[in-house]
Amino acid sequence: MAKELIMDIKDFSFKYAGAPKPSLENINMPVYKNKITAMIGPSGCGKSTLLRSINRIHDLYPNNEYTGKINLLNIQSDEFENILDIKKENDFIRLRQRVGMIFQKPTPFPMSIYDNVAYGLRLDGVKDKKVLDEKVETALRGAAIWDECKDRLKESAMGMSGGQQQRLCIARAVALKPEVILFDEPTSALDPISTKAIEELISELKKDISIVIVTHNMQQASRLSDYTAFMYIGELIEYNKTDKIFLNPKEKLTEDYITGRFG
Amino acid sequence: MNSTERRRLLTNKIILGLSTISALLGLVFLFWILITLFLKGVSALDFSLFTKDLVDGGLRNLIFGQFVMALMATIIGVPLGMLAGIYLREYGNGKYANIIRDLSDIMMSAPSIVIGAFVFAVFVAPSGGINGWAGSIALAIMLIPIVVSTTDNMLSLVPKELREAGIALGGSKHKVILQIILKAAKVGLMTGILLAFARVIGETAPLLFTSGTNSFWSTNLGNAFPSLTVSIYDLANFPTDKARNLAWAASFLLTVIVLVINLIGRFIIRDKG
Amino acid sequence: MLNKEFIFKKVAFSSATLILIVLTSIFIMLFISAKPAIEKYGLHFLVDSNWNKTIETKIPLTQAQILAKKTKTQSSDNSDMNDDNLFADDTLVLGDDASGDNVDVSTNIKTDTIFGGYVPIVGTILSTLIAMAFSIPIAMGIAVFLAEIAPDFLIKPVGMAIELLAAIPSIIYGMWGLFYFAPIVQNIFGGSQMSLLTAGLVLGIMILPFMAAITRDAMNTTPDVLKESAYAMGATKFEVVKDIIFPYAKVGIIGSVILSLGRALGETMAVAFLIGSVFKVPGSLTSPTISIPVVLANNFGEASGDMMSSLFYLAFVLFVFSFIIIGSAKFYFLRGRR
Repeated sequence: MAKELIMDIKDFSFKYAGAPKPSLENINMPVYKNKITAMIGPSGCGKSTLLRSINRIHDLYPNNEYTGKINLLNIQSDEFENILDIKKENDFIRLRQRVGMIFQKPTPFPMSIYDNVAYGLRLDGVKDKKVLDEKVETALRGAAIWDECKDRLKESAMGMSGGQQQRLCIARAVALKPEVILFDEPTSALDPISTKAIEELISELKKDISIVIVTHNMQQASRLSDYTAFMYIGELIEYNKTDKIFLNPKEKLTEDYITGRFG
Repeated sequence: MNSTERRRLLTNKIILGLSTISALLGLVFLFWILITLFLKGVSALDFSLFTKDLVDGGLRNLIFGQFVMALMATIIGVPLGMLAGIYLREYGNGKYANIIRDLSDIMMSAPSIVIGAFVFAVFVAPSGGINGWAGSIALAIMLIPIVVSTTDNMLSLVPKELREAGIALGGSKHKVILQIILKAAKVGLMTGILLAFARVIGETAPLLFTSGTNSFWSTNLGNAFPSLTVSIYDLANFPTDKARNLAWAASFLLTVIVLVINLIGRFIIRDKG
Repeated sequence: MLNKEFIFKKVAFSSATLILIVLTSIFIMLFISAKPAIEKYGLHFLVDSNWNKTIETKIPLTQAQILAKKTKTQSSDNSDMNDDNLFADDTLVLGDDASGDNVDVSTNIKTDTIFGGYVPIVGTILSTLIAMAFSIPIAMGIAVFLAEIAPDFLIKPVGMAIELLAAIPSIIYGMWGLFYFAPIVQNIFGGSQMSLLTAGLVLGIMILPFMAAITRDAMNTTPDVLKESAYAMGATKFEVVKDIIFPYAKVGIIGSVILSLGRALGETMAVAFLIGSVFKVPGSLTSPTISIPVVLANNFGEASGDMMSSLFYLAFVLFVFSFIIIGSAKFYFLRGRR
């Protein structure tokens, strides 16, 4: 039987190297397949730290400590595997191919638009020009940016507008056909029109991909997500379906936050 | 692991390994040079080197001479360099300041022997003889662009608000600069001056035909002036063991002086910067 | 009332302008001092491999001069002269020179010393190229190590060691190179201990830390988030360096390399000990030759006349060379980086 969850976070705690106390404590949170899960909370609550744990990007920096489990579904075997057990370099590479990430600021690589999208594919050993062309086009169409850039694929990605760059980064991640994409406040550096385009794109993406998004913008969370997690000072205060969180929060703290009493 | 992954990880390992070996190689050269200097230097070192002049087989006059010329260069160069740096950061706007900045950077990298040739043409050839002043001026020309760039950089780190606060209190601009901004940038400036001093005290090429060197004790900058570095060059090329040993002792001392000043400079930055 | 603000600003402005004045004066003074040689040898100086070579030019005399000379010769020296010579043509007289008995009365031998800068120019270029070939890959490796590989506890001490290596005076590199490094190079590659190769390698070792330090600074300008987003796609460290850091910091890295090249070009002491100071185009990498700064260092003290102006000609060439190289590094690659 196919599982409903793509990911299941169990008793997860995280402490930065040299920090006196953990930034995250005992987080338990499911992530549903082909749904959008939003993480909200005031700055410093640990939502980005949690997000960055999911693809273990923290491991680029030494001596961070973590305990608990972050289980990721292996589609082939339909079994959960704890990604915190990963030690071998090639398993890291595979994890990051399966779990893509989009950052706060657009991060176009210093190369052409085409090469940006083809980058991950080439790393993965795809050499055939035809296959590359096809996959690049599919990814750019998937990120709703094909029409804007099909005539300048060979131009540098640095010349695009901020919103276009962010969609390019999404296309770059999509090209690898990940199972999950993590979004770390993807629209906070963008204007309202670009923000709308990105939001529409994210809603579109969930047909094939499970999504976790960190946002400081509560309207965005309510518009976009199916599930919402509210975090506060390293703890998961409340997790539920988005409409429940926003219309009928159980916790006082959640209510205070979403009604703008602090944050 | 598929073949692509295997190839990628292998390439990664090889290149990272080579980078690490490069860094090790750099350290090997450093320690090789330092250990050589230490072994040759210490065995040739003798307290009498500090009490006798070169003519009697000592280094006293050379160390003194090198210090005096580097000090004169600092006395000449620091005020000029700092004023120029102040102009670039606090007054200079637009094109002219940028041109001067670029020219100063170019001067910093100009071949030191050419600066020696220039000083020779201006200060030695007309007066007819090598002299300590010419050596000091050559070193000052090397030092000025370093001080300019340090001042420029350090002043740029002083927050804008400090300037505005000073002006708002009714201070005139030059008073704000001299009394507030320079003080705020003091640690950085001192470090920069120290490092500039360390740089010029180790110079040889600009002194070869400006100050030359002198075997005797001299305090007269108007004549050929004792230089540690120029004498190292002479002694090293002299085919006796005694001369070479003296050259090693001198090299050891020179390196110790330069590295100690550098370390002091770096620790000032670390502690107070 | 004396306006202190006005005076201070003027003094500061004058100090800044002093940079311009000194640099212009260097250019002008070198040119003026080199002018006799520039006028005498022209651009041919740059391709002439003779240095301090005496040549004899025979200048034909007019009849009157010949007569005057002959009379003088006869009065001072009573050797029997062949009267025919008096009317013989120049070539005939030249042919008779070797006999020794005959005094050449129809030509004057004018000796002249010629100077050409070809050998030191070639020596400078070649030793710099060797230095660069040796140091670029290693400096890149060190920079990558410091910027990306080294664990935190090593970054500072190794970085400081590399910077201290850069602070060691060049004469020390020369001494060490001559007595400790050159014999090893000679054992491996053969040839002369003082050679283009040993000079180039020691020069390379000397610019290595400088190049590594400024290349690392250039690499460190790459934003972390850009690197992270490549890692987040499964890139390995090497791939991040190759595809993200190098392209991103390309301009700064090229600038750093060119700046180091400028340093190597003008370096005197590290090379002076090792290049051999022989005025000869090197037949192989392991033959001795000479470079511009070394010619200056060795000859300036005793030079006069044509030699002096030729030395200034070389200094002028070196100055213009390095001005262009360092200037282009600044203008094209390091603009705005300070």
